[in-house]
Amino acid sequence: MTEDIGAGRRAATGTTFQARDDARGRGETVVETMPWLPPSRSPHAPAGVAPESLVWAETIGGPGYAHATVARGTRIRLEDIEGAACAHVIVLNALNTAERLNMADTVKIPWQAYLSTGHPLLSGDGRVLATVVEDTSGRHDTFSGVTSLAANVARYGAGDIASATPAGRELLKQAAAKEGLEARDVPPAVSLFKGVTVAPDGTLAWQGGAGAGAYVDLVAEVPLTILIANAPHALDPADDYTSSPLRIHAWTAGASTEVDPWWTATPERTRAYLNTQQYLLARGIA
Amino acid sequence: MTVVWATDEADYFDWSEPLAAGRIVQDDRIAPRVGWSAVVRKGQVLTIVDVGGNQSGDFLCYSAADTVERYSVPDTLAAQRNAYLVEGSVLMSNEGNPLMTIVGNEIDRQDTIGGACSKESNTLRYGHHTLFHHACRENFLREGAKHGLGPRDLVSNINWFMNVPVEADGTLGIVDGMSAPGKRVALRAEMDVLAVISNCPQVNNPCNDFNPTPLRAIITEADA
Repeated sequence: MTEDIGAGRRAATGTTFQARDDARGRGETVVETMPWLPPSRSPHAPAGVAPESLVWAETIGGPGYAHATVARGTRIRLEDIEGAACAHVIVLNALNTAERLNMADTVKIPWQAYLSTGHPLLSGDGRVLATVVEDTSGRHDTFSGVTSLAANVARYGAGDIASATPAGRELLKQAAAKEGLEARDVPPAVSLFKGVTVAPDGTLAWQGGAGAGAYVDLVAEVPLTILIANAPHALDPADDYTSSPLRIHAWTAGASTEVDPWWTATPERTRAYLNTQQYLLARGIA
Repeated sequence: MTVVWATDEADYFDWSEPLAAGRIVQDDRIAPRVGWSAVVRKGQVLTIVDVGGNQSGDFLCYSAADTVERYSVPDTLAAQRNAYLVEGSVLMSNEGNPLMTIVGNEIDRQDTIGGACSKESNTLRYGHHTLFHHACRENFLREGAKHGLGPRDLVSNINWFMNVPVEADGTLGIVDGMSAPGKRVALRAEMDVLAVISNCPQVNNPCNDFNPTPLRAIITEADA
């Protein structure tokens, strides 16, 4: 849990005037896990990114959740600051949220189960919702990452969002609700910063993380709703519930184009970008 | 080039029998290329027969009481710590509860990472000329609509009798199947479930040997 050094009783609050002064006196408190407004004020702006181009700057706790709807062409950086973050991510087409991340197509279409730079996050409608455009971690999972309330109750004794050991799915459902979505809008997610590979006999092999400071950049190829839960991976072998903060920065960068290597990396991906391009052309967006 | 769109009858077909003992509650022949759905009550066993051999039966299941609780690939794989389904595998829901258990299985391993084909994903995999080909997502949508389900309710699924190996470098794909006419899988319902099958109409990959054939779905109940 994040320590909030500003919380608790600090002064007399017996009258409305006292209570108002007390409330207002808390406003400038700075903690590690908070959003920065305007985003250009973020003290952690990524190197090479003009602060005024930032559209979202927030650090969420481990555990924690975040959500946003961003414009096409927004580049979203997720950073595992201390090394124990695991970002469970779901992306949806903000123009039609029935179109959302399809994990099976995301690995089947590129003929590749392991995510790395250039990997498209595909919907079930033959389009690219977002692209992994930079990845310094290389430890991700497309098979098994998100925990359920029942699984966390069994393993940690609790899994509710009010507990110290919330389940990934419970956090994702909260993020979904804030975007006007429901539990049935929370499909299987991709889990970043904690790796799982498949052995020849099918055994899921835990690869762990890449250490502090690893980051992944996603570019929104369509107007995008993103749901993020930061919570331990289902296969994390640690005895205790282990999680650390996740840093988020997003800035205007431009969507993928024909000159990007991932556009032409394979014929399947080229057609996925073409389908996305046509969908946006028809709406006057691209 | 001659395309086999479906084989409805053939001498090599084996319609087989239920894999579980007991009274037959329901017994359906699922024609090639179409969808099927039924409620399987807790304790009942659903046997699916691969009548023509190597015919992918794309499969989803939901809690019949509340379809927001539905089959989950990640919960299932995390629970068994293995990417393949075998006898004894428990199909877990997105809320971490057992939906069904594989109580009988006559092929080496079953797939749940390959997902369902769709008209749209066919354009990615095989070219835009395949957009008019019928697909599993079409069947799931039409069959689901009978139960109030829509695109928001479609998630990654199971493909009975389909073979999707994962190589050491992460390369994965649908390859020739390991099934044969008459091979079966049997699923015991751990709660009342709505089971939905798309008898895969794909004709661009070996998930059904490029030749869609029938499936048989039998629900049995143990004698009292």
